[in-house]
Amino acid sequence: MIRFEHVGLSYPVPGRPPASVLHDLSFTVPEGGFRWLLGPSGAGKTSLLRLMYLAARPSEGRLSLLGTEIARAGRRALPGLRRRIGVVFQDFRLLPHLSAFDNVALPLRIAGRPEGQIRADVAEMLRWVGLAGKLESLPETLSGGEQQRVAIARAVISRPRLLLADEPTGNLDEAQAERLMRLLHELVRLGTTIVVATHNEALVARHPATALRLEHGRLVAHG
Amino acid sequence: MAAWSLMASARLRPAGFDDLGLQRALSDRLLPFLVAAMAFLAALGLAGAFAAAGLAGHWQEGAEAALTVQVPDPTAESATPGTSRLDRALALLRADPAVATARPLTAGELNALLRPWLGDDEKHLALPLPAVIAVHLADPTAPLDQLSAMLVAAAPGTVVESHGVWVRRLAALARSLQACAAVALLVVAAVAVAVVAVATHAGIAARREAIEIVHGLGASDSYIAARFAGRATRLAAIGAAAGALAALPVLLTLAGLAAPFGRLDVPGVPSGVAAAVLAPAGLPVPLWLALPLLPVIAAAIGYLTAQATVRRWLRRLP
Repeated sequence: MIRFEHVGLSYPVPGRPPASVLHDLSFTVPEGGFRWLLGPSGAGKTSLLRLMYLAARPSEGRLSLLGTEIARAGRRALPGLRRRIGVVFQDFRLLPHLSAFDNVALPLRIAGRPEGQIRADVAEMLRWVGLAGKLESLPETLSGGEQQRVAIARAVISRPRLLLADEPTGNLDEAQAERLMRLLHELVRLGTTIVVATHNEALVARHPATALRLEHGRLVAHG
Repeated sequence: MAAWSLMASARLRPAGFDDLGLQRALSDRLLPFLVAAMAFLAALGLAGAFAAAGLAGHWQEGAEAALTVQVPDPTAESATPGTSRLDRALALLRADPAVATARPLTAGELNALLRPWLGDDEKHLALPLPAVIAVHLADPTAPLDQLSAMLVAAAPGTVVESHGVWVRRLAALARSLQACAAVALLVVAAVAVAVVAVATHAGIAARREAIEIVHGLGASDSYIAARFAGRATRLAAIGAAAGALAALPVLLTLAGLAAPFGRLDVPGVPSGVAAAVLAPAGLPVPLWLALPLLPVIAAAIGYLTAQATVRRWLRRLP
């Protein structure tokens, strides 16, 4: 489902050699697998997630996502692949001019889902994350936790095959975090592959699972 | 069933859903204003092109085949005994196969021609006036040297003035004016493309983060470009319509000023030509047809330019 083979990632730096942030990563996450992504700040967790949500392409090695070899995939093939990947960003990345409802509905509208189906699904999803009364609220009027829940709702509304989350519980209270974890376990049960980057060791301890541990851009543990 | 579902979804899709926030990023003031200015200039350019085309056609169709023959001392006897110089000149002209018609101007017509210079007292000036023969050629390209020589031999002092040379020069001038108008229209179109491209780039810069988010959610290049193109198309069409409407009073005023020239009777020009060139309110019919096309053309420029600009920018995203 996710296959990294000696993958490296470098960013170009003007006037200097490329800055290498990930080195020789090799691991596999099977379909319906759950992985914690752990490591100190600057270890390369966000860069690894960027590779997985196709915001960057590997500088070296081979990466396969949802059965697609990324190096061989043409640019036109990537939007369809991205629509099968849900992402919860650390900074939420909500569109500030859209209401909570429209932010959550966005992936469905991009996918061309009929508006009649969207209304019920989005309203139900926002009710599930505890924002039934905030459908028309703009992100700037929501608290950090509420924005994070909107971001989570947007990531899972289209029932992605691969869900990636970068510190998804950072702004949630313990009850909300546990509620999110129950949702993630349910998605795994339905066959979704999930990778969650976090610093929250307590959360990891409460929900033990295979972990990918990064240090200085290298995979130091997988287990 | 599928068709019904498609129609239902289209009906339920929120009208004017602005996922990229382009209603603010692509201003509804600056771009329409600039496109309106371009459309205003384009309307003037079109009017110039059609006016030049009308004049060129007018001159070429009518006067190119015209000659004027002046016969001094017309009542005197010609080289052919018993025949006046005027009659002999007319006979020679009418016998030539290159001549379609030859008609001496009446005294009234001559007086009308002289009135601007001599006023109404020309009868009292006792000037010896030549007879003037208006000639229309069947073949404007026929050589006139031999005919001129015969006329001079029959009535010495006869002058043949061909209108063709200066008419061709005027027609060339008119065609040059047409070419200038066409170049001006192309420049206006190029500036309109540049204006839309700059506005689109500004919109991309203002909504870069939103574009990246939508792109990351799986939006294709065509989805994102269509959002920009839709907005640019609307704004360009509105601006061009305003510009064309603003140009209308100016064009009508110019047409009013030019109307007396359009009504002048030109020797050799078939009657009705001026009426065909001019139309209701004094504007040429082709201009009436072209003005409503300006918003359509501006919309096409807006759509294509925005599409190309956004798609080129999106290539930098993975």
